[in-house]
Amino acid sequence: MILNATFLSAFLGAALVLLLPERFARASRWIALLAAMAGFGFALKAFAGYDQSAGAPHFQYATQIPWVRALGISFFTQADGISLVLMVLTGITAIAGVLFSWNVTQRPRAFFAFFLTIIGGVYGVFQSFDLFLLFVFYEIVIVPKYFLIAAWGSTNREYGAMKLTVFSVAGSALVLLVLAATYAVSGGQSFDLMVLTTLAFPASFQAWAFPVLFLGFAVLAGIWPFHVWAPTGHVAAPTAVSMLLAGVVMKLGSYSALRVAMTLFPQGLDQWRMVVAVLATISILYGALVALAQKDLKFVVGYSSVNHMGFVLLGLVTLNTVGLSGAVLQMFSHGIIGGLLFAVVGRMIYDRTHTRDIATLGTMELSKALPFAAFTFTVASVASMGLPGFSGFISEFTILTGTWKSFPILLIPAGIGVVVTVAFTLRALQRSFFAPQESGPPDRSTHHEDFEPITFPERLGACLLILATLGVGLYPKVLLDPIVRSFDSPLMHQLIREVASK
Amino acid sequence: MSALTFLTLLPLVGAVLIAVLPPRQSGLARALGLGFMLSVLLCSVVLALNYDRAVGGIQFSERHEWIPSLGIQYFLGVDSLSILLLLLTAIVTPFALMAAGPSAAKVNVLLVLLLQAALIGSFTALNFIHWFLFYELSLVPAFFLVRSAGGKPAAVAAFRFFVYTLLGGLAMLIAFLAIQLATGSFDLVHLAKLGRSGALEALLITRFGALGIGSCGIGLLVFCGIFLGLAVKVPVVPFHTWLPDAYSEAPSPVSMLLTGLMSKMGVYGLLRLLLPLFPARMQELATPLLWLALITIIFSAVAALAQTDIKRLLAYSSVNHLGYCLLGIFAFAAAPGGLPNDRAAAMDGVLLQIFNHGITASALFCFVAFIERRSGGLRGLADFGGLRAPAPVLAGLMGIAIFSSLGLPGLNGFVGEFLIFKGTFGLVWWGAMFAAIGLFVTAVFLLNLIQKVFTGPLPARWEKFPDMTAAEILTVAPAIALIFVLGIFPQVLIALINKPVFLP
Repeated sequence: MILNATFLSAFLGAALVLLLPERFARASRWIALLAAMAGFGFALKAFAGYDQSAGAPHFQYATQIPWVRALGISFFTQADGISLVLMVLTGITAIAGVLFSWNVTQRPRAFFAFFLTIIGGVYGVFQSFDLFLLFVFYEIVIVPKYFLIAAWGSTNREYGAMKLTVFSVAGSALVLLVLAATYAVSGGQSFDLMVLTTLAFPASFQAWAFPVLFLGFAVLAGIWPFHVWAPTGHVAAPTAVSMLLAGVVMKLGSYSALRVAMTLFPQGLDQWRMVVAVLATISILYGALVALAQKDLKFVVGYSSVNHMGFVLLGLVTLNTVGLSGAVLQMFSHGIIGGLLFAVVGRMIYDRTHTRDIATLGTMELSKALPFAAFTFTVASVASMGLPGFSGFISEFTILTGTWKSFPILLIPAGIGVVVTVAFTLRALQRSFFAPQESGPPDRSTHHEDFEPITFPERLGACLLILATLGVGLYPKVLLDPIVRSFDSPLMHQLIREVASK
Repeated sequence: MSALTFLTLLPLVGAVLIAVLPPRQSGLARALGLGFMLSVLLCSVVLALNYDRAVGGIQFSERHEWIPSLGIQYFLGVDSLSILLLLLTAIVTPFALMAAGPSAAKVNVLLVLLLQAALIGSFTALNFIHWFLFYELSLVPAFFLVRSAGGKPAAVAAFRFFVYTLLGGLAMLIAFLAIQLATGSFDLVHLAKLGRSGALEALLITRFGALGIGSCGIGLLVFCGIFLGLAVKVPVVPFHTWLPDAYSEAPSPVSMLLTGLMSKMGVYGLLRLLLPLFPARMQELATPLLWLALITIIFSAVAALAQTDIKRLLAYSSVNHLGYCLLGIFAFAAAPGGLPNDRAAAMDGVLLQIFNHGITASALFCFVAFIERRSGGLRGLADFGGLRAPAPVLAGLMGIAIFSSLGLPGLNGFVGEFLIFKGTFGLVWWGAMFAAIGLFVTAVFLLNLIQKVFTGPLPARWEKFPDMTAAEILTVAPAIALIFVLGIFPQVLIALINKPVFLP
């Protein structure tokens, strides 16, 4: 099936890379690129072929093969609009990630093998509708992250890798605990999500199962106060891995929170909804304020992820179609924009200047020395601020609309968060790329003459991501239609609390 | 593709062409940019001539679905107000580029073209989100243009300008989200209909009455959100604090664009968004709003009096002149039952003032650019004196622009202010009375400017102060010609603005 082909191509690519003889190690990047493109091609084909006509089923491309019959576990994959949008995002991020890792020379085979394993796992999570299968893919993502950061990372990499892994594993432990309990409470028949959501779990069970499960997933999405792994992990990671972490791995958390925690336990959700909304709003504000105080450019981008993921979580708990679809669109949008920001900071800038200190970068006249990097960072900043014309605007705007419907009072802190986002993004852009040169003529001998020019793969990757955010910003209908449609499905029926309004 | 889409895309095409030019081709970029701007001017004039005034209303409209699930359409069209602002945009942009002369780098030409596209887009949009897209995007080129002066003060000024305006824009956006939730529409024409019949506020109360902010609270809240956004943009005192720094730290040709065009986006927003949607609310709040206008007029005039830097003086003077626009609009809204003649006078005055201030203020900043070019960047009032002797043409032409700004009859600045005062006096007499104080102070600080710069003893270092070159005279000639033509034959413009769509 076409859905399975996405993760199969990634895993196959990983295997091929490992089988390469030592002297062809450099060719691994080509294999990785081909595997990433194949995965993207399958995802895109599935997305384009998704039937949106009125009578068509919400879930398509289903494959269900019994796996462990005795426990009711099956290999069950299918997709609705939400899954497909996120799989397309995974494809784009994978290609861009390979392009921005074109210069990896240290053990490239292992690097690309781990990289493709993560990609395969992510594809898998987005299409699994058997909880056991979903959890397997979820775990496949976590392990390679540690090695990628610890071996290829920078700045405090062991610490960053360990912290990230500990948080991820702790989150998974909570998830596993609740999944096992759910299985037991449901009578031990099935792990099939479609079946489980039709059961009414006792309210007393939902009251504790929902928060624990939601928290387990939300840790990966970077919810305050469990976000602390995100900035250090993002900073320590090599560029392509930061792009993956911010681009898709954080989305695993928010996606699973929506797909599993919220649909399984609607009553628990009701009880804890306000708490989650407040935590999400704190993430927005806190991420923005802390980003405003950073001296390291990569930390600015790292905290901006916390800020943007706060919008996703806020959109999720609005529980109306507008806010929910905004949340999914924001997952896509932040995946692209966050990836672009990390690509500029990690690859275009840090690999050349070997510093990420904003004040030091300010002395290098980067807008003249690396004009393409400055241009890309400007576009990414403008998109990240949520200016209209880019995907970030349409998604944050949709989330704010949903918030007006559900929690009008939270609009004030969220609005302040948006303004602070503008301020920190503009501050970082201004100080690092366009800092005014106070002292005489710049010292040309030490600075920008000797930067290696921006390479072709970097340009290609940047253009890909810019086109994605701009295209979705100008014509969001292409993603919004399948997303909105998916919230009509029986799976989501218990979720939407919209007051029937005219 | 309709005429208006073409007009919006034209500068964008120019920007793309300039972007792909080989580096260091500033001369070619300027020529190309000027060519595109003149084509825009030509197209705008043709558009204005083809606008059927006998029919009035919205013409050349074009409508496509954009994001149907959120009620967003690609919807544009022009009425006489839009045409007026399109013409102003088409005139001031090439004027600014020519004023910059050979100092304009390639990237700045590109940014000016982007800004022009954003302005044209916002003056033709009839769906809020479509309008907002261009309104916000105009900030990005403007931000980089303000910074292009270099140095830390310009960077700080650009930052404040950007963040303040965006903060206002956000308040406006959130207010419009509430409107959309209540009415299901972002369509400004449809919303204006609802606003006129009072249905808009009723729908807001039905939708959000349960929030517990009182039955009229939500209408007030939404109104204030929109007003805040526009008040920062115009600006209205006390939301003006970003302006003096931005206007004075930006290169003078950029200040021409800021005062000539970008400030008009705020006034345009008041006329296009606020007045048609909330006529009753504006009438109810007319007294505080009029006081805000009066404070804007008087405070900025007094502040201008205290300035020692020519550009800061002109910046406050700009706030002052836009204050008269506010006065006219609020007086118009205050007395829907006033004499039709008075109301028409006030509104016509506002529209004339928008256009004339755009021409005059940009001409003034253009002269400052010429002076700075000769003085090596000096622009303190105390740095100059007696320049009339070495530079008589500069003194004469700049004098014309100053007197136009001061409102001398026979020049364009007079007509708009006169009509605003005439209309306001009939509608809200005390508004006109207090505003007259501002008129007086304006005369004092502008005459003071002439006196300090052009008369008195000539400092020794300026004895060889060069007069205007032929190219510079050519640059300002159209503006000076317009100052006279529109002063003597204001009916040219009045005929155009006769019947804007929003007038009940």
